[in-house]
Amino acid sequence: MSGAQSARKTSYREAVKEAIREALQKDERVFLMGEDVGHYGGCYAVSKGLLAEFGPERIRDTPLSEGGFVGAGIGAALGGLRPIVEVMTVNFSLLALDQILNNAATLLHMSGGQFNVPLVIRMATGAGKQLAAQHAHSLEGWYAHIPGIRVLSPATLEDARGMLWTALQDPDPVLIFENNTLYNMEGNLSETAGPVDIDTARIRRSGSDITLITYSASLYKCLDAATALAGEGIEVEVIDLRSLRPLDDATYLESISRTNRALIVDEGWRSGGISAEISARIMEQGFYDLDTPVERICTAEVPIPYARHMEEAALPRIDTIIDTVKRMVRHG
Amino acid sequence: MPRSRIDIPETIHYLSILDEHGVLDTELEPQIDDKTLIALYSAMLLGRRFDERMLDLQRQGRIGTFPPIKGQEAAQIGSIFQLKSTDWFVPAFRETAAEIWRGRSLESILLYYNGFNEGTIIPADQRDLPMAVPVGSQILHATGLGYAARYRGTDEIVMTYFGDGATSEGDFHEGLNCAAVYQAPVIFICQNNQWAISIPLKQQTHSATIAQKALAYGMPGIQVDGNDVLAVYTAAQEAAERARNGDGPTLIECVTYRVMMHTTADDPSRYRDDEEVERWRQKDPLTRFAVYLQNKGLLDQSREQEIETEVLAKIQTAVDSAEKQMKTLGEPLDMFNHLYAKMPPSLQCQKEEVRQYLANNTGEVHHG
Ligand SMILES: Cc1ncc(C[n+]2csc(CCOP(=O)(O)OP(=O)(O)O)c2C)c(N)n1
Ligand SMILES: [Mg+2]
Repeated sequence: MSGAQSARKTSYREAVKEAIREALQKDERVFLMGEDVGHYGGCYAVSKGLLAEFGPERIRDTPLSEGGFVGAGIGAALGGLRPIVEVMTVNFSLLALDQILNNAATLLHMSGGQFNVPLVIRMATGAGKQLAAQHAHSLEGWYAHIPGIRVLSPATLEDARGMLWTALQDPDPVLIFENNTLYNMEGNLSETAGPVDIDTARIRRSGSDITLITYSASLYKCLDAATALAGEGIEVEVIDLRSLRPLDDATYLESISRTNRALIVDEGWRSGGISAEISARIMEQGFYDLDTPVERICTAEVPIPYARHMEEAALPRIDTIIDTVKRMVRHG
Repeated sequence: MPRSRIDIPETIHYLSILDEHGVLDTELEPQIDDKTLIALYSAMLLGRRFDERMLDLQRQGRIGTFPPIKGQEAAQIGSIFQLKSTDWFVPAFRETAAEIWRGRSLESILLYYNGFNEGTIIPADQRDLPMAVPVGSQILHATGLGYAARYRGTDEIVMTYFGDGATSEGDFHEGLNCAAVYQAPVIFICQNNQWAISIPLKQQTHSATIAQKALAYGMPGIQVDGNDVLAVYTAAQEAAERARNGDGPTLIECVTYRVMMHTTADDPSRYRDDEEVERWRQKDPLTRFAVYLQNKGLLDQSREQEIETEVLAKIQTAVDSAEKQMKTLGEPLDMFNHLYAKMPPSLQCQKEEVRQYLANNTGEVHHG
């Protein structure tokens, strides 16, 4: 960002809240619905204060009923509204999977092109807060398997602030995954920050030796690793995917055509995950650019452990990223 | 600490106006004008005859699997008549008669059951959702549509249909619960046809009625003779008035019977007695309604024949037209068209791959 723009300190949580507030102000049809989003302010405090500002019709507490309110959100979207549905965590979104996959993602098809479902579903995802095996999984890559929806993964303050409005303009269902470890992240956000595109990946750091492909909270692990590696003369390029469905193949393939090496860092499980998909696409479309096999660093394929040291051991770590990059660059 | 009684204000009523022998309760008889009565009859008859024709077509291999509606015409037509075109119709999958009343063409239904994507097309501005096959999932959409109607300050209402089996799904609970909490203008029509594939009602719920489940959600519930079009009409009219006046949702249990198989892929003789089916055939909704219309002097033999001929001609025209259309419809590449408003590049690539495959393998597009 250019230094000339005035910026102010804020957090990821505040950025999401501002995005919701702006949407509520700009469009009468927008309302927020979910468990405990009203007085309680949302289980990650994202909507704190919005009830007082917008009233209970627009900050709509729902019964404890994921399938119920995601399904009702689909209906409200069909009925001309622009619901933002908050699901507490990705794990609980599984109770609404039938609504998301069999309904939201297929209604356009089932209606012969008549009914788009302009629904936005936000949810927290990811480990790192000792929330253990039923609150902390990263299933966004799994959702990216589903045709008919978009899957977004904002990692930065700009994206937390800017993706929601663009998602609300999209005629199709959009899922936004907010990594729970990012909510407290602070930084500077331009006063003029607003809607951003939701189609393209971004190069967050330029480098010539290897391409790290990542998204969401793992972006910061990759950037830290890149800083450390720069001290040893290895220049790492870091790509933030931003959208997991559709994937912006062009950006990472272009990068690999310059660096000739690719490492994917993904907080999801390895087998059948989004990292496997990206790896396959690189084989299909960028194979002859590679000097060394594509590698992946993912979360261990276990239910996310509770104990802190075990949780850390299960997740992608900066030291493993550094070691893997060194090995790939030296041998490639 | 006392053990005290909590009186729940509501009770459940059972409504029957025209019994299975065609005997009328004149005190309860609704005031319906002659033209509407004949329209109700014609719509029920069209539903019946089209269903019968589809079964023939299916047996001849001219359409695929479908769920017959025979015996449930009154439950569908009596209720759907209360909707205006600005209201929302949210079906399950066994509401063919209601769909036709809403304006869905017979051709569209025939194309649909032949697997043509074109059969899914719902005309713009038609406030009907597509058939919902995941049992119960549509109930939630109705709740959301009702919520939206209220939010926008309109007097639009929503009518959704589901079976007795669907009431065991979580979606039934969640949908009715949310609708009651939001006082959404939704009419929940349960077509209790006694069977969910091979599972009889007794194995579906231990409740004496489905209607009483409404009490738990704090909404009115009523059980009606679902083969009595006058009773269904009356209950639906009351519910529609309540919904339009902002007095929230209603659950209507239409007691009816699935006279035929679950779908044409099913053989019900494996799990139920012919006797039971025969008993219900005696309660046929069309027969008794015809008696009622005859007694009112609205339907003599020649008028009956006239309507029958009209209905059959309409069906024949539709079958001819659909079979003609099928020869040119069914472009395989269309399967990619309705996933996103704007097709993402990866899907474009996949579409191109299929296009090339088709070009290389058949030289022409295979229809049907
Ligand atoms: C969620 C779900 N589970 C199971 C099925 C398979 N299935 C299709 S129809 C049906 C029975 C439905 O019974 P009911 O709700 O009484 O409706 P009816 O068929 O009698 O009209 C079942 C089990 C399904 N389509 N969806
Ligand atoms: Mg049934």
